[in-house]
Amino acid sequence: MPLTYPVKDNTAENRLFFKRIIAAFVVISLLTSGLIVRLVYLQVVGHEHYASMAKENSVKIVPLVPTRGIIYDRNGKILAENTPSYSLELIPEQISNMDDTLERLQKILAIPDEKIDSYQKQRKRQKRFVSTPLLVNMNDDELAKFAVVRPFFPGVDIQTHLIRHYPYGDLASHVVGYVGRINEDELKELPVTEYRGSTHTGKIGIERSYETELHGKTGYAEIETNVQARSLSTLTETAPESGASLYLTLDIDLQKTAYDALESYNGAVVAIDIKTGGVLVFASRPGFDPNPFVVGISNDAYQALQASENQPLYNRALRGLYPPGSTIKPFIALAGLEYDAISAHQKLYCPGYYQLPGVSHKYRDWRKGGHGSVNMNEAITQSCDVYFYRLAATLGIDHLYTFLHKFGFGEKTGIDLVGEKSGLLPSREWKQARKKQAWYPGETLITGIGQGYHQATPLQLARATATLANKGKTVMPFLVDRMVTAHATQPGPHPAPAIIPLKEDHVSKVIDAMIDVVHSQRGTAKSIGRNINYQIAGKTGTAQVFNIKQNAKYNEHSIDFKLRDHALFIAFAPADDPKIAVAVIAENGGHGGSVAAPIAGQVIKQYLKDAH
Amino acid sequence: MKSETRSEHFDPPSLIGTLLRKLHIDIPLFIGLCLAALLSFVILYSAGGQEVGILMRQAARVGLAFALMTVLAHVNPYQFKRYSAILFGLGVFLLITVLIMGQIGKGAQRWLDLGFFRFQPSEMIKITTPMMIAWYLAEHALPPKTKQLFTATLLILIPTLLIAKQPDLGTALLVASSGAGVLFFAGLSWRFILAIVATLAALTPIIWHFMRGYQRDRVLTFLNPEADPLGRGYHIIQSKIAIGSGGIYGKGWLGSTQSELDFLPESSTDFIFAVFAEEFGLFGCLGLLVLYLLIIARCLYIASQAQDTYNRLLASSLAFTFFVYVFVNIGMVIGILPVVGVPLPLISYGGTSIVTLLAGFGILMSIHTHKKRLSR
Repeated sequence: MPLTYPVKDNTAENRLFFKRIIAAFVVISLLTSGLIVRLVYLQVVGHEHYASMAKENSVKIVPLVPTRGIIYDRNGKILAENTPSYSLELIPEQISNMDDTLERLQKILAIPDEKIDSYQKQRKRQKRFVSTPLLVNMNDDELAKFAVVRPFFPGVDIQTHLIRHYPYGDLASHVVGYVGRINEDELKELPVTEYRGSTHTGKIGIERSYETELHGKTGYAEIETNVQARSLSTLTETAPESGASLYLTLDIDLQKTAYDALESYNGAVVAIDIKTGGVLVFASRPGFDPNPFVVGISNDAYQALQASENQPLYNRALRGLYPPGSTIKPFIALAGLEYDAISAHQKLYCPGYYQLPGVSHKYRDWRKGGHGSVNMNEAITQSCDVYFYRLAATLGIDHLYTFLHKFGFGEKTGIDLVGEKSGLLPSREWKQARKKQAWYPGETLITGIGQGYHQATPLQLARATATLANKGKTVMPFLVDRMVTAHATQPGPHPAPAIIPLKEDHVSKVIDAMIDVVHSQRGTAKSIGRNINYQIAGKTGTAQVFNIKQNAKYNEHSIDFKLRDHALFIAFAPADDPKIAVAVIAENGGHGGSVAAPIAGQVIKQYLKDAH
Repeated sequence: MKSETRSEHFDPPSLIGTLLRKLHIDIPLFIGLCLAALLSFVILYSAGGQEVGILMRQAARVGLAFALMTVLAHVNPYQFKRYSAILFGLGVFLLITVLIMGQIGKGAQRWLDLGFFRFQPSEMIKITTPMMIAWYLAEHALPPKTKQLFTATLLILIPTLLIAKQPDLGTALLVASSGAGVLFFAGLSWRFILAIVATLAALTPIIWHFMRGYQRDRVLTFLNPEADPLGRGYHIIQSKIAIGSGGIYGKGWLGSTQSELDFLPESSTDFIFAVFAEEFGLFGCLGLLVLYLLIIARCLYIASQAQDTYNRLLASSLAFTFFVYVFVNIGMVIGILPVVGVPLPLISYGGTSIVTLLAGFGILMSIHTHKKRLSR
């Protein structure tokens, strides 16, 4: 026998192992006996108790649905509310002669035959004591008629439900959004306990982004029921907690001004309060009436919205991608100053076109004869393309990308709305990765005038403008200012700003030029600068929808409306103490100065008049 | 000659018996598993709302699981021993991979998407953990000394904590007990066992601290189901009503009213025992428990007949883990244990657990059918 460890002693190990097998079997048997004892307790001792609970379902738990929070604009005007909807409901069990009752009701309320038929079908699927609707969404006339005869109709009554209503209809449809019936996919996502009893959920816009806050907390009641599961009495009740009411930064009157000013143009207007980042206007035209979506929009109506070539369901302010056109020029000019690529007074000659060395292609200016010798102020005021071709060529795409990226181009603004698009700010790396091609110098030129690959949302343009007005302190847009429940008021997101380091002198050179766009004789938006006691700084833009061939002439009257250029305008005011920044896009509007600038002008003037 | 090594098996004369033996299938265990699978179909048909589709899907999984069992039964147990450490290491690596992937993509992730199917590393680790511990302890003299105990505990804790982090408390519990099972059968002294139980009790507040919100809710709900009658507590209350109302003889097959009326949630997965108890009563429950005990007894017998330490430890631990499965699931359904996501083995609807379980039985069969004859 070995005397030291560790040497295996097989006999001892065997004995030990068998002991353990026995021990395990004993433990397993004991624990199984425990299970059996519990089963006996439940199935023999407690059988009668549980059997009666199962048979009678004596206590049923029903959810109590919370009231959805209301959505207000910044001045307390209601954007989404819960309004009562009345329905005529019958309890078959309490009606002795159903056919007679229906016949009499049909005469009094002029109910069409189809509704009677569908009621009969629905009734057969339900228990006799369940209240089943015959008419929904009754109008005042129908309510009054029934009220008179009600005593003669035992078992028939008016029931009230709350349904979501959007008083402003299409005006704020994209930003407020709407609620609709919970569909199968949402059923999997939503928390089961909280939505037991809920029928609707936010689908788009604020209604969707703030679903949790708006929905509230579901309560429940224990209700004693009898054999047929009919309610007898409420035993206990935990009240539901209503959802939070949201106060938006949006100004619905200003939104109306912007929306109406777009008139027949498709497009978007975004205005931001520069001091806070709160979004004042978030208009996308055309909108749509969200109210039919709440009760269930008909298939035909939905198809019509989907098929419309104006795309009313498309949120242009949040998701529309447009080339920024000449509205990018103030930012390019600022980049030129910051990177020391040019000085503000340096003049460049504009013959009406620009050619890269050794390339025959002519990059043309919008003015055929050219602008002559222009400095930075003149180049911005008159929107000289050649000046910016040359400046962009000097800066190079890498500097352009780095600088524009700081102003939020090519990335989401992080606004509290779902579905935001990040747009596209082209770079050498992007082109290599996506197109497997090198970056061409010509592409740098057109990036300098906001054409080519660059695509921005109206929200991004407004944000970049606000940041410029704020002298590099970034403005972070948001929509919800505060959330108010019965117990507490919570602030909205209010994201913290970042600082873009900029020389104050450079910024004011650019802003001065933007003031001249609106207030000087040669400015492209001089029409909106009159009769105001403050200054507006702005920049017009025109985004090409299609390319004009070399040597061809663009004639706006001779071409199809849908191919006409988009009109853009960015602005902020007052120039010396900026309060509001606006971005306007009027699709196929032609010229930024004549179409988009007046829309921004109306919004700015109304806001600053109201503010006084 | 192969046939000589089979003399100790009992010998059904039929062709099927011969075939099964050729396939390295242990016949008593095979019969038990087939009975359980059959029972699963019977009760699933009722619990799943009498849908044939559910049965077809389950049949496909059971078929796959039996196939895997047959394959593993064929492998010489020496190979399991040889690759124990590698397989365990691979399992832990995959667990870390899903954890990292889960953190890159939002939310919890338990599986790896291999394109054609989804693979849960936590299932694989249920078997490789006892393999690893058995391999490690079999290298040393038994009973294990303090140093080996320490190393083994560490080896068990790594996958357990990784799975608990996913978070999948039920599987973590099973992995931990499969490892602990090996230690127990290796002869861990009773004093140590008591000490571990005491330590665990003392650690409870710390474990509580690391639990996720919903895991805490489950424990609280278990302690007081009435506190949340709409949510978690609802399961336990309704499950007790279903079981209690079944009585001694039950309401008969398809006679369950609780699941029929949708009172009982998860009635085909984790709470299927409640439907079984409601329809087949106390007698049915006793029958099912006896079937489980017979399967476990056969597994323990196989372990006792195994010829080397590794095989013994692995076989007994697999048998023990199977019991933990049964006990934790039934315990939670009848309201004596908190609700953790553990299915009723061989009966519940769902793919991954049955495949792993039968893989384990495949290993047991391999251990039993590859023995060398001892000279007497």
